[in-house]
Amino acid sequence: MKAVLNWLDHRTGIRAVLHSALYEHIPGGARWRYVWGSTLVFAFVVQLVTGVFLWMAYSPSGHTAWESVYYIQNEMQGGWLLRGLHHFMAQAMVILLAFHLMQVVIDGAYRAPREVNFLLGLILMQIVLGLSLTGYLLPWDQKGYWATRVATNLMGLVPVVGTQLQKLVVGGADYGHHTLTRFFALHAGVLPGLLIGFLVLHLAIFRRHGIHAPDPHRRPDTTFWPDQILKDSVACLAVLAVVLFVVVRLGADLGAPADPSHEYSAARPEWYFLFLFQFLKLFEGGGETGELIGGIVVPFLVLLALFAMPWVGRWKLGHRFNVGLLLCLLAGIGVLTAQALYADNRAQWAGKPSTTADKDSPEVKRYEASSGYLRARHHAELEAKRVLELIENNKGIPAGGALTLLRDDPKTQGPRLFARWCASCHLHDDSPEIFGQPSAPDLTGFGTRKWIAGLVDPKQVDGPHYFGNTSHNGENGGQMVEFIKTTMPELEPADVAQAVAALSAQAQLVSQHDMDKIDAAMIQEGIEQIELLGCIDCHKFRGLGDLGTAPDLTGYASREWLLGMISNPAHERFYGDNNDRMPAFAANPDDPRSNILSPKDLELLVDWLRGEWYRPPRAKR
Amino acid sequence: MQSSRESTDLGPGLEAAGTRRRGFLSRIAAVVVGSLVALVPMAAGLLTFFDPLRSRAKGGGDGRSNRGRLVRVAPLDALSADGVPRQFQVIADRFDAWNRFPDESIGVVYLRRVPGSDEVQAFNATCPHLGCFVSFKADRGMYQCPCHESAFKIDGAMIHPTPSPRDLDELETKVKDNAVWVWYQDFYTGKEQKKPKT
Repeated sequence: MKAVLNWLDHRTGIRAVLHSALYEHIPGGARWRYVWGSTLVFAFVVQLVTGVFLWMAYSPSGHTAWESVYYIQNEMQGGWLLRGLHHFMAQAMVILLAFHLMQVVIDGAYRAPREVNFLLGLILMQIVLGLSLTGYLLPWDQKGYWATRVATNLMGLVPVVGTQLQKLVVGGADYGHHTLTRFFALHAGVLPGLLIGFLVLHLAIFRRHGIHAPDPHRRPDTTFWPDQILKDSVACLAVLAVVLFVVVRLGADLGAPADPSHEYSAARPEWYFLFLFQFLKLFEGGGETGELIGGIVVPFLVLLALFAMPWVGRWKLGHRFNVGLLLCLLAGIGVLTAQALYADNRAQWAGKPSTTADKDSPEVKRYEASSGYLRARHHAELEAKRVLELIENNKGIPAGGALTLLRDDPKTQGPRLFARWCASCHLHDDSPEIFGQPSAPDLTGFGTRKWIAGLVDPKQVDGPHYFGNTSHNGENGGQMVEFIKTTMPELEPADVAQAVAALSAQAQLVSQHDMDKIDAAMIQEGIEQIELLGCIDCHKFRGLGDLGTAPDLTGYASREWLLGMISNPAHERFYGDNNDRMPAFAANPDDPRSNILSPKDLELLVDWLRGEWYRPPRAKR
Repeated sequence: MQSSRESTDLGPGLEAAGTRRRGFLSRIAAVVVGSLVALVPMAAGLLTFFDPLRSRAKGGGDGRSNRGRLVRVAPLDALSADGVPRQFQVIADRFDAWNRFPDESIGVVYLRRVPGSDEVQAFNATCPHLGCFVSFKADRGMYQCPCHESAFKIDGAMIHPTPSPRDLDELETKVKDNAVWVWYQDFYTGKEQKKPKT
């Protein structure tokens, strides 16, 4: 063994290299405060290792980035651990950077002759932050996509070359394949390459000047190996343990795939950039100049102040100034971060403002902004879960990407379409938007037995959930309201219940499938009741009665019925001339382009109203 | 350093001057050749890297741009007469590098009929501040951005104080055969001037 080593040493000088690496002199003994640099190197190595393995499974393009990350996270053996380590170690690195910087500044380790190394350290910090920023986009989920839009738009504010710079980074004017390829090349190639280069310089210069011991006589001198290495390893172990704990407890999250055509109201940068996000809010009303100052000039000046520390530190009070400045900066970052978190969460932390509060008061506005954010975040979480269900149902992701699954999903698209087209008049419990006073029936559970039972209830029929706010209400002499109010109390409740079940069965709702099957005999009798109770005096039902006065009850609330009704409520099969303000959303089946709703949107809306969407087996009713 | 040492070693004379000249030429040549071999691959890389800056024909004239296009967005009937705006997807062929996606959303707009007239206003839904999508709050009758709380009146005008540097970006519209057509464009954000993205 020794002979081999001798042979090798003769040709490479390895012993001297090892010796100088391990027996670095440490005046005043090994200390815990020296560990930060080593933990950072460790964290970087973890990122390098996990990053390369992630690379082996990652595919940067608009149709494959999210999909490949999904596959790593949910399908590949140990993928959650690999990605979790990479995801959270990146965040740990930012914290460790802050500690390392604090230790260096407080100890005055930037002083001559270590100025250059301090500057190299600050450059390394920029590179690490650049890695975070570029890495955030790569999963191509909603939050990464929208946060990166904001970040790259900030870049566009740089004077003179801003827009060009933005185009170069984004890979064009639009976000797409080339944004991913470029960000990935930066993240996995350019920045780590630079980081390694600067790290080598940083360490070489560190070795050249030796460790900066603020108190060199506190204990006997020692060497790097084994005392300091032991402390460093323990610190690295602690970092790893914390990261692993977070990986197991929280796991790296993956939002729904990026959708450039759908607003994402929960767009926020990663937590360690939140202070910058909040800082921009301080420049409200400053216009372009304010934006430039807040987004570019101030951060640049702060960096400049950091870079100037070694020279400022030469003055009599310079060191104190530097320490003060750093602590102020960190405190400022802390306050801004807390403000940002509070602004977003105040709706759940501070509670609702009193109902008497002025609608335009800042408090109400802030509350609304916060509850809007929380709602958006909740929806984002639901959507992220939903896409997994859809992938499972589809037994994989189509070539067009996971977004196509969400775009074809009634459960996802229904509430959006409803909010856009129906919510200005109708209510629905599952639609996020509520626009003032409803002027048409509540469509929650439309066609179910419960809904129809309410319709034929004399107490409810003229209420806000049915005809109360329509032109068919009692005030306007609506015939249905009058019929229900006068005739219903005289009827046998059991007969009415049979009729309700029979009418509801016409809808063939998935949610009532089992119930309808069990109650088949009752439904059969109910069909006769519909005819006996006088419904067919106005409505058509299974060959009896006539069209033209009231909606056809044949197939009432069925898919085909609803498609027709929404397409053209003024058709004689529905409300005819009695139609109250409801627009025809697809009046021209032969020319879909001239219709308000496309055939696909119409079907998605109807399927959602009827509760027809894929449900994973465990949630199946 | 090297050359001065050489010349002292050799002492003054014609021969030394020749060596100096040769040394000088060698250095120049080494720098030129060295730079050349280093620059060629770098230049090839940069040339491609700068491709996004290549000015494409204005208005998507090369047929491969997502903007600067007149797109039929909605039938006029889809807009309510009371002037409340509605959100619409702008559906057209979408381009992304090597891909063409027929009939996909290339952007989102708000359309509103100006009450009491046939005029239709169109706004790009992208917030002029930093590019999030604004949403219309019907109860407040204004557009709000979820990111930095920029707010705009129903006609797109800024509501002060706001971080936005300008009003919502209005787009040109045309009503033809009962359909609303919009000249769809995106604009650079954060600037007081509306500068179209090309």
